[in-house]
Amino acid sequence: MLTEEEKKKILAEIKHYPYPAVACVDALKIVQHHRGWVSDESVKDIANLLMMSNEEVDGVATFYSRIYRKPVGRNVILVCDGVSCLIMGYESIYDYLSKKLGIRFGETTSDGRFTLLPVSCLGDCDHAPAMMINEDHFNNLTVEKINELLGNYK
Amino acid sequence: MEKPLTKNITPGSSPLNLKEYLQAGGYSGTTKALKEMSPAEVTSLVKASNLLGRGGAGFPTGVKWSLVPMDEASLRPKYLICNADEMEPGTFKDRYLLEGNPHQLIAGMIISAYAIQAREAYIFLRWAYKKAETALRKAIGEAYDAGYLGKDILGSGFDLDVYVHSSAGRYICGEETALLNSLEGKRAVPRTKPPFPAVSGLYGRPTVVNNVETLSWISHIIENGAEWFKGLSLTGTGGTKLYGVSGRVKNPGIWELPLGITMRELLEEYAGGMADGYSFRGALPGGASTDFLIQKHLDVKLDFSTVAAAGSRMGTGTMIILDDKTCPVSFIHNIEKFFALESCGWCTPCREGLPWVEKMLASLEEGTGKMEYLEILKFHTKYMGPGNTFCAHAPGAAEPLQSGLNYFYDDFVRHIDEKKCPWR
Repeated sequence: MLTEEEKKKILAEIKHYPYPAVACVDALKIVQHHRGWVSDESVKDIANLLMMSNEEVDGVATFYSRIYRKPVGRNVILVCDGVSCLIMGYESIYDYLSKKLGIRFGETTSDGRFTLLPVSCLGDCDHAPAMMINEDHFNNLTVEKINELLGNYK
Repeated sequence: MEKPLTKNITPGSSPLNLKEYLQAGGYSGTTKALKEMSPAEVTSLVKASNLLGRGGAGFPTGVKWSLVPMDEASLRPKYLICNADEMEPGTFKDRYLLEGNPHQLIAGMIISAYAIQAREAYIFLRWAYKKAETALRKAIGEAYDAGYLGKDILGSGFDLDVYVHSSAGRYICGEETALLNSLEGKRAVPRTKPPFPAVSGLYGRPTVVNNVETLSWISHIIENGAEWFKGLSLTGTGGTKLYGVSGRVKNPGIWELPLGITMRELLEEYAGGMADGYSFRGALPGGASTDFLIQKHLDVKLDFSTVAAAGSRMGTGTMIILDDKTCPVSFIHNIEKFFALESCGWCTPCREGLPWVEKMLASLEEGTGKMEYLEILKFHTKYMGPGNTFCAHAPGAAEPLQSGLNYFYDDFVRHIDEKKCPWR
């Protein structure tokens, strides 16, 4: 079930548009904002609200990289693996994170604190390597810098 | 040297607010266009300036606008869309403009919307650009409060609403017709052209999609004229360009320079030359989907036509440098992996071809590749080339691969002969 708040926000988006299905991406983002990810049940709820089939909504949800169809940790680390970050050594950043957290790309720590994902590119190429944690950008990354950063995300 | 686009940007500090931007002369082109010019006059001035689209394709902006039906009976509403979905690997120029001077973009969007008589405009923004989103929303709010957006702008009778749409993330959204599908809440697969968006775009209505850097120019061109704009470039094409350099150079960064400076000047005078211990092997001049240029091209002028004549594309003007300590096969593999992942899956050559290319490159990089792979890869660059695919995604992906196979052929062969990556 969508919460009243989610429903209210989605209906407010629909008002701007010629027909409800246009709000599909917005609706997915709203639900994810509140729950961290989009479950099968949420797909169904959104489909009902927007007068779409479940499959149509899932087709949209699975198309976009920043809509998560599986649960993620409380904090999502996005390591840029773009070509400029490759040149500047993102692999050692990834190796360090992976070892420290005990997870690989696509996995979540057992305490649910971090999910590690690749991303390309963050537009920080002149300060590579770069990554994001949740909505925060970090660049000119070094192992020492990452160590400090992680402590800020509980 | 004039730097119209970046003169009011101070990296590391907040962008100018509306009051500060007005004091710096901002929005004067907007006032002039709305109060003194007809939409047709605006379009013909932009056409005369020869402003080529800065998103990568270099299509003349004024020509794009002139394709929009302008008679009273034409389809309405019409839309203006700012393509701010910068996601080309190695590209970071629009971000600089969005974070640094959002009012400059809005000022240009008002004029552009006026020229095509669009009453609604969207900024389709890269999801990762959170700082840009905050800056844009604040600037749009200020513009509404001061009467630069909304009803009857500056008493001209022209109305415009601007909305920010933050994307849910996918490279193909930068393709203008895929962007339209995405704005309509759908999977971002490209549409058939024709009809072109200027005739049938968002919701089937006439729509113009322009890049951030392109739109940021408009107010300056209206204010100073077409001849002024042409005079800014070294080659007569028109304007300055945001050029960027990333990779193992002493001073990676972004600079506004006259269109047509040489690769050598950009690399040596601005990027400070190669970092100590690294030497230059090649560069992708305009993002990941452009052909390599090498040592012999260093004196090529970075202009749309001259870069094309040298066998590559200006693209976004942000250059990625390949150095001698980075494996070219790994460099190209990284790029092809990106394009394979980002293929929307709509047409077969792209959906099937790119993952196949990626797998072969992975095998070559690991030292398990065979000589025949090189022929298959070459074949694929043709098979995925222009005319064989639905949009420019796979042809773009083929560019660094075909030129990489050409210029770094011996390095590919070494991986096969030595059965390992010589760089690891």
